[in-house]
Amino acid sequence: MSRPELVAPPEIYYGDIEAKKYTNNTRVQQIQADMTYRALELLNLPPDDPAFLLDIGCGSGLSGEILDQEGYTWVGCDIAPSMLEVALEREVEGDLFLQDIGQGFGFRPGSFDGAISISVLQWLLNAETSHPTSSPPHRLNRFFTTLHSALRNPSRAVLQFYPTSDDQIQLITSTAQKAGFGGGVIVDYPNSKKARKVFLCLFVGGGGAQQVPQ
Amino acid sequence: MVRLITHNLLACHAKGCTSNNFPLKLQDVAIEVREAEFNPDFVRGFLPRLEWKALVQAARELGDTSLPEEMPEMVDDGFLKNLHHVLLEIHIDEGAMICPNCGHTYPISNGIPNMLLAEHEIG
Ligand SMILES: [Zn+2]
Repeated sequence: MSRPELVAPPEIYYGDIEAKKYTNNTRVQQIQADMTYRALELLNLPPDDPAFLLDIGCGSGLSGEILDQEGYTWVGCDIAPSMLEVALEREVEGDLFLQDIGQGFGFRPGSFDGAISISVLQWLLNAETSHPTSSPPHRLNRFFTTLHSALRNPSRAVLQFYPTSDDQIQLITSTAQKAGFGGGVIVDYPNSKKARKVFLCLFVGGGGAQQVPQ
Repeated sequence: MVRLITHNLLACHAKGCTSNNFPLKLQDVAIEVREAEFNPDFVRGFLPRLEWKALVQAARELGDTSLPEEMPEMVDDGFLKNLHHVLLEIHIDEGAMICPNCGHTYPISNGIPNMLLAEHEIG
């Protein structure tokens, strides 16, 4: 089976039918939920602090529902209108935006206490047009620069993604560092082909006082 | 759904639009009020992040005059409840947000603002 990000851009791949299929698949739901909880753990927010979070590539709200349950106020953005439609139908609490993260964000400096992103960054590695500003390095650079500015100091962003090579991890990590982030990559279940999960754990400032949990 | 908490954080991100690009002007908006759980700690903690004048202005444009011109020095429960309502219970369903600087229009349809830029607007 081909990886979806190699088949078509996300807003095309996730049309009405794919969006519903994806959202109603219990295996997808379980994996997304597990990764959302893990991302929140890595975000390492102060306990009982009612934080304001950004969900990057929120899709149909599978992660947003967990943010609701955990008592967070959040804003979600996604490039696939069909996914956002499903999120509306599911009545998640967050504000939803139709946005291409490769074009960058317009949020004022220090808007968010943290950001999570589940299974999204790999989409940025595929250029959609031949236009020079649409190359993956340009899109990654705009994304990380404007994300860094949108986050409070100190805070963290935790982004789970599916890289196909170490070069991709290298490109993503170095672009994030150039944008001002500290931190790095954490790999869960590194020896399992199926369960292996890559989390980019980024810090603004010190990223909070504590060390990255293992 | 767009609430004023998010509108208050949003500036225009079109290419070269870096000054006078906040707040986005609300146009032809339809709103819906939906109750949300009141969390005084969250609202209080959010105060320093707000551009107060922009918030008061936006709330008034949407017909809510409960907030004072200046951010009060003494924050009591009544004030926090009003602020909670303005930030989290007023949802913008339809309309548009327009950049005061470059004029880019971000349409809002079915509660979802379209933040996509055209190729020539990407920085
Ligand atoms: Zn503008």
